[in-house]
Amino acid sequence: MKIAVCVKRVPDMDVRFRIAADNASVDEAGLKFDINDFDAWSVEAALKLKDANAGSEVTAISLGPDVVQETIRKALSMGADKGIQLKVDKVPFDGLAIARTLAEELKSGGYDLILFGKMSPDSANGVVGQMVAELLGLPCVSAISSLEIANGKGKAKRELEGAQEIVEFPLPAVLTVDEGLNQARLPSLKGIMAAKKKPLEVKPAQLPQSQLTVRKVELPPERKAGRIVGEGAAAVPELVKLLQTEAKVL
Amino acid sequence: MANVFAFAETRGGEVRKVGLEAVTAARMLADKLGGGEVHALVLGPRGVAAKASQIGEHGADVVIVVEHPDLANYSPEVATATAADRIKAGNYRAAIFSTSAQGRDLAPRIAARLGVSVVTDVLSFDVEADSIVVRHPMNIGKVIATIAITSQPAVIAMRPNVIAPAKNPKPGRVETAQPAMDPASSRVKVIETKQGGGGKLDLAEAPVVVAGGRGLKSAENFKLVEDLAAAFGNAAVGATRAVTDDGWRPHSDQIGQTGRLVSPELYVAVGISGAVQHLAGMRTSKTIVAVNKDKEAPIFKVADYGIVGDVFEVIPALTEAVREAKKHH
Repeated sequence: MKIAVCVKRVPDMDVRFRIAADNASVDEAGLKFDINDFDAWSVEAALKLKDANAGSEVTAISLGPDVVQETIRKALSMGADKGIQLKVDKVPFDGLAIARTLAEELKSGGYDLILFGKMSPDSANGVVGQMVAELLGLPCVSAISSLEIANGKGKAKRELEGAQEIVEFPLPAVLTVDEGLNQARLPSLKGIMAAKKKPLEVKPAQLPQSQLTVRKVELPPERKAGRIVGEGAAAVPELVKLLQTEAKVL
Repeated sequence: MANVFAFAETRGGEVRKVGLEAVTAARMLADKLGGGEVHALVLGPRGVAAKASQIGEHGADVVIVVEHPDLANYSPEVATATAADRIKAGNYRAAIFSTSAQGRDLAPRIAARLGVSVVTDVLSFDVEADSIVVRHPMNIGKVIATIAITSQPAVIAMRPNVIAPAKNPKPGRVETAQPAMDPASSRVKVIETKQGGGGKLDLAEAPVVVAGGRGLKSAENFKLVEDLAAAFGNAAVGATRAVTDDGWRPHSDQIGQTGRLVSPELYVAVGISGAVQHLAGMRTSKTIVAVNKDKEAPIFKVADYGIVGDVFEVIPALTEAVREAKKHH
């Protein structure tokens, strides 16, 4: 099988973000970056299929400036075979602009499967995979939490609100990956060494005009400092009173 | 005058609450645009036409009903083709979806087919001269972006539970239509929709969420959380990632950065310390209550009301008190 996995470099979320001087982006100074978790699960899904299907090839693709090569190398160190950087100065917010640029690269790749994480935590829009599928005219199942592939067909599970969908689809197809599909493997030392020698092609790319403009980013208002109502079960009557009279939710 | 399209999401032939939220949001936007019409699309199996009046009551001037026996399950390709054709023909200023499992799947497909972009998880919107401006949380809710959408239509998927379904009766004139493609020719087929947990309320839609963490010590002790949820009557049960990773609860119950995002009226955190990953999924809840034995737990920094104490002592007492309070209502 020929599998493409689109991966994104995202900042660690376990920090207090600062707003950049332009007031329209997050200050990246001091942030730690790594592959998006959902994309790592996509890489893992691709590698499992590669392990089960001799002669398969996994290509990791990332759009962005040269720093995304680290993210591609991470996928290569996990076991992907080759990488492609679609080189642009900056990753836009507009998912359609991203999807068009990726689709341009993916359309001639002859891939049986194109995998995405279902979303990235930074832009948190979750649309690129579905848009790429539509632009390429391919079947698409989004946010899968199980996957079986056999005889050119696939079966996947999607978590809904309080329910699950079981979905069947033919290959080639585009899938976006949810949590729960697998646990991503950690790169071995051997994998890290091997990744340095794997091919990583840098292709200049053109982003189309964006239809979305991020005008401003701001920190949300801090939640008003809460209060400790009391200790132990003795505090329950007071809590219930507050929920009834102050918060009016009971 | 600018009209607005709304996708009235259904499951199993019933209009979902998030579907009515989308219609309500479309009505608000049409009014901000000067009072244009709202046209709502509803797809479903035979019988779904009977839901048109409910959609009209929430502000739809026109309800486009597409009935087909093969539409009892969600069909992404039929829904994409049918909605995209209608949106193109209707020359709408905006198209409103929900950021539900279905809306997340559908809105970007339709937008791409129309050659326009999309913003999901939208908290609020406003109208300016040549753009619709929306607020969208980024970086797990630690940053809020204000985004101008210049395309027409502006495709927007609202975060569930930020706009309550509101009655605003409009004619709800019914137009029946055919699916834009034969469901049988769809490549992607939902062969089954399995209901989980027998009619329990969904996390994203429930007005009250009771969630449990490692402080409960075992899967069996989640009964405390379930009992409290049952006492509220209108509550769903959630869990932290630590709990779902340990298999005490299914992954679909996980609230947090990689799980579900919830914004209920009331969030009760039981034995949850308040890791960043968890706060990302619930910090927009309107009222937060936390019960934890560690008074230094970070959950108390976001909680409106906290009780420091043993969950095995406090939660049964709270359950009893809520049951009493509900009785006198």
